[in-house]
Amino acid sequence: MFAVEVNNLRKEFFRRDATRTGWRKRRRRVPALEGVTFTIDRGECVAILGQNGSGKSTLVRLLSTLLLPDGGSATIFGHDVVKESRAVQRLVNRVSVEASFFKKMSSEENLAYAARFYGMPPSATKQAIPEILERVGFPVGRRHEGMEHLSRGMQQKVALARALLTSPVLLLLDEPTTGLDPRSKLEVQDFIRDVWTSYDATILLCTHDLREAEVLADRVGILDRGRLIALDPPEVLKEQFEAETLEDAFFAATGRTFEEEEDEDAERGVFA
Amino acid sequence: MNREAAGALRHEFIGLYGMVERNWYLIKRYAWWEIAFFFWTAANTLTIVFIAKGVVAEGGTVNIDRLTTILLIGAVIWSYLGIVFELLIETVAWERWEGTIEYTFMAPLTRAVHLLGTGIFAIGYGIVRASIVFAAIAAFFGLHMPNANFFAALVLIAVASISFVGIGMMTAVLPLISPEKGTQFGYVAQGLMLVVSGVYYPVSVLPEFMQWIAKISPATYALRGERAAILDGASVGGVWGDLWPMLIIGVVSVPLGIWVFRRGELHAKKHGKLKRSG
Repeated sequence: MFAVEVNNLRKEFFRRDATRTGWRKRRRRVPALEGVTFTIDRGECVAILGQNGSGKSTLVRLLSTLLLPDGGSATIFGHDVVKESRAVQRLVNRVSVEASFFKKMSSEENLAYAARFYGMPPSATKQAIPEILERVGFPVGRRHEGMEHLSRGMQQKVALARALLTSPVLLLLDEPTTGLDPRSKLEVQDFIRDVWTSYDATILLCTHDLREAEVLADRVGILDRGRLIALDPPEVLKEQFEAETLEDAFFAATGRTFEEEEDEDAERGVFA
Repeated sequence: MNREAAGALRHEFIGLYGMVERNWYLIKRYAWWEIAFFFWTAANTLTIVFIAKGVVAEGGTVNIDRLTTILLIGAVIWSYLGIVFELLIETVAWERWEGTIEYTFMAPLTRAVHLLGTGIFAIGYGIVRASIVFAAIAAFFGLHMPNANFFAALVLIAVASISFVGIGMMTAVLPLISPEKGTQFGYVAQGLMLVVSGVYYPVSVLPEFMQWIAKISPATYALRGERAAILDGASVGGVWGDLWPMLIIGVVSVPLGIWVFRRGELHAKKHGKLKRSG
């Protein structure tokens, strides 16, 4: 059984145009994912590369049951993300680009809140929270401080702790290091590697950091305008596109540089 | 009950506790704001209750203590309903603003438990705050309520709360559908409910069509029952005529509220609205 099996997955959104037909504004169909198909084995780390608006976050949201697909299917350890969403929710957790916490509440309170939804009572979190915070390199003595007083890097460590506290078997990482300073970025990447090896977790890492993808993942996929155009180990990708670097491979696969794509992505208006 | 079902039930209770616990944390962290909002509620209540003195000052002949108490009950029920609706609407609105909405909605917790957890906290917190406002304003005006049956009043508000929570769940869906204006529309629902329920006047003064709508509003029975219990000392048996309609409305409105919220959630999942804003 695959950890993740995605088959011809489709998602589109409708955006209102400025132009009108009669009294009504015209609606424009914006495809976010178009027929995406791939599998991930248990214990594998797969990175999906793509620019802003390429559909990475849409893919993560579909797999974490926050979106309903318009077509195709996705299963997590054999459970359909639509029909068996509760079973999927028990297996999955995620870390996204925004740490997202109740800012006035402390890290301990935020973690306790998240843990309750996964059936962890106060007797379990009392010990588990300091332990997991220590594990991610968070100064345990600061766990009673409000989140608003913590740096972005610290907040992202708490986000990692939140995801791991519930012992997920599939970890969805949606640009977890974007916006972090170089040191925090390396710390988070080290921790992801540590989790992958010691927790027996399967990881889907969505990023637009080419180096991060190359360093962390077994296989790297290229998602371009909602289409998965390649998914192979980094070395195979470079060979396939006759490129020296992953960046060159990305360029050869998509025919565009990252900079060129940004404007087009903004125009597409899909999830970043 | 088999072990699996017991485990699932335990999981849901822990989730329910989590919602109550989180709201408690937030109240603690925003304690100064709570005090400020308390004074705002007290000031609002005073502006209404002073109307009784105003009527006398303008030459009207009324039982000033009785009218003051009638207005006070209306203002306190208004503020209580406001607290319940506000906390339920914030189930979505606050989480959307903080960005935690995605983590909460992808967690393995039934929506019923999620909403009921907030509802239970809202009832407890709302009753405490409304009682303090009631006692403070009553003391300010030196109101004497020698006949008041506060036990019956408490039973009435507890039963009314079931239907208030059910209707609040329906309004909580609004920020899911309209992230920008949904919260404000919840307050519109609160106002509409109270205007037909005789918040500061008997329902009999309303136009006939509004009196018909009043029959399906739980606030109508809550206000009438509270006034009977506090002004005339009616017992629980004496206000049964107001209790049973609220029980029926509660039994219908809570499952309906959960159903409406679920429909809204599916709409949000279809159109990509389950995400942070702000």
